[in-house]
Amino acid sequence: MRGPAPSAVGSAARSSGRPDDRDLIDAIVEHAASTSSTTSTTSTGSTDWAAAVEDPPEATGASLSYLPVAAPRRPMVDEDTEGFEDPRRSDVDEWGRSEHMRSIIRRLYDPVYRHWFRVEWEGLEKIPTEGGALLIANHAGAIPSDAPAIMHGIETELGRPVYGLADYFFRTIPVVGTMWSRSGGVPAHPDNAYRILHDQQQLALVFPEGTKATSKTYADRYRLRRFGRGGFVELAMRAGVPIIPIAVVGAEESMPIVFRLTKVAKALNLPYFPVTVNSLLLGPLGYVTYFPAKFKLRVLDPITFDVEPGLERYSRSRVMDEAERIRASMQDTLHDMLRERRSIWFG
Amino acid sequence: MGRRVLITGLDTFWGGRMAQALEAKPDVEMILGLGTKEPRVPLDRTEFVRSDQKYSILSRIVRATQVDTIVHTFLETNSVTVPARTLHEINVIGTLNLLAAAGASGTSVRKVIIKSSTHVYGSAEQDPAWFSEEDTRTGPVRTRLERSLIEVESLVRDFTDDNPHLAVTVLRFANVLGTDIITPISYDLRRRLLPSIAGFDPLVQFVEEDDVVRSLEFVTENRIPGVFNVAGEGKIPWSEVASISGAHLLPLPPFGPRLFAAPLERLSRVQFPPEMEGLVRYGRGVDTSKFREAGFDYRYSTAGAVRSFARANNLRRATGSAPPGYRYEQDVEQFFRHSPAVVRGVDA
Repeated sequence: MRGPAPSAVGSAARSSGRPDDRDLIDAIVEHAASTSSTTSTTSTGSTDWAAAVEDPPEATGASLSYLPVAAPRRPMVDEDTEGFEDPRRSDVDEWGRSEHMRSIIRRLYDPVYRHWFRVEWEGLEKIPTEGGALLIANHAGAIPSDAPAIMHGIETELGRPVYGLADYFFRTIPVVGTMWSRSGGVPAHPDNAYRILHDQQQLALVFPEGTKATSKTYADRYRLRRFGRGGFVELAMRAGVPIIPIAVVGAEESMPIVFRLTKVAKALNLPYFPVTVNSLLLGPLGYVTYFPAKFKLRVLDPITFDVEPGLERYSRSRVMDEAERIRASMQDTLHDMLRERRSIWFG
Repeated sequence: MGRRVLITGLDTFWGGRMAQALEAKPDVEMILGLGTKEPRVPLDRTEFVRSDQKYSILSRIVRATQVDTIVHTFLETNSVTVPARTLHEINVIGTLNLLAAAGASGTSVRKVIIKSSTHVYGSAEQDPAWFSEEDTRTGPVRTRLERSLIEVESLVRDFTDDNPHLAVTVLRFANVLGTDIITPISYDLRRRLLPSIAGFDPLVQFVEEDDVVRSLEFVTENRIPGVFNVAGEGKIPWSEVASISGAHLLPLPPFGPRLFAAPLERLSRVQFPPEMEGLVRYGRGVDTSKFREAGFDYRYSTAGAVRSFARANNLRRATGSAPPGYRYEQDVEQFFRHSPAVVRGVDA
């Protein structure tokens, strides 16, 4: 029962002598009421109403998805729900992630994961199958190719969702921001991360280096940037979850930056504007095409902290020491992996 | 002695609903309603006093009636219905006078309840997914409505500091949907055209109108000073609000959406006030655990509130507009309340 064009509505309303803005359907019901008995009107009305209410919700593609979506904070039943179906029409959770959307993306991305990057994991069993954990990784590629690979790998291998925490910037771009959110992206706010890790005991993925890592040129490849202000350590301490570092090799070569255009970035209001090897070879197409570098991911041992969770503040020196220690161990692992690597393309 | 309650904005939706709810409570001895116009709902025993929107006579009324509870529902949270200047007069100056009356020396007032809105948090890209009561907004204040509500809350904060013996409760309500209330969003949904911004589908939160009245009642009955968020469980995408309600989305360009909505607003096809722009771009969510822990039980979730609206709307579409509204007759109401000829306590 979709409404007719505005003009039709207007004329129908006028012809029935009522100035209200009403639908054609209402006008017809109105007309029926004036010509026939009242009972017929009531029956028309109630069946119409019942049909609209009992209209089954659109299929949410449950057959496609096989991951559990984040449970709502408290199961809750409306007082008047008896006999009514769930009003929800989609499976978008409170973070904007949709398992249905994720399953479609996984299906599309799987060939890229398997045949383009040929992703290989080492120590995947160190990531817990239940309970919260903060995954951290080194970040690379002008338009980072590591986040989708990590999220895809864990979701398919472990069967549990990963929330990717990233800069607010994504949120401001039309379409991209919505797609990012539906596929598990969450604005990196400490409060958001705490809820995901502590309240919901889910996996969150963060890149402590931030855009400093993705904007670095090829000359600086595999040199870890500053790990922010150690916020991720404090977060894990507060949430009482382990930190699991992941070292990624391959992302640097998938979209290497030759130089950056600062003025263009400023004019376009972007964090940085990279000129990549891909874009020099392929033009604008280069911004959506990665080189088929071989991806190798190594999961390091989980790090737990013997501090009381839930505190407002933690010792700054302890936080900075831990952050630096984690950074150093990741840097060592990266060097290790690079020593063993014989080819960028074949690993 | 029973409680003596003063309600502001008796002629508005919330004032009327609140008075009706309190009339059902035997321990509420006296209900006094202030309004600029006559009440629009039938009331049994509520006394109506006409006043201007600034409440300049309020301190006299409070002294004369010895009220112990003030329920301040007359805060305008919809910038479509009133001009900008009136908005300021109602919200800021009205609250100023109300607090002055409540805090006068030797006051009988023990409890002040303010019906604020989650508009004070705004909507910006750096917002947390769930605002808690202590969080401050991350974006700049862009609209008059938000500015006036923030000013009101700062007045209330000062008042709370100055009067520690009073229980001051501020309830910040999320956008309301329900069977009867008309807000810009329900206006749009009723006309089946919901403005959105192309490429954005934010998560939003609603509270059902019955839960609004119930929460105000709850605070009237219990002493819980402080600021509380009131909103339904969960968040749903903006597009889903439209699909549950059987409306179409009207995608506006991301740059200057209000400019493009203006012609449709002139034709009364949609309402798209400035405070809605941020909401449909970045959404908003508030943490309601504090109010829950204070003991309040919600009847509706966010999706439930939208469904409640959709069901009422389906009925409206099927059977036409509501029956003619109630009309307040001063003499008749006065007669029933005060004439010795009326035998009280008998159900008429």
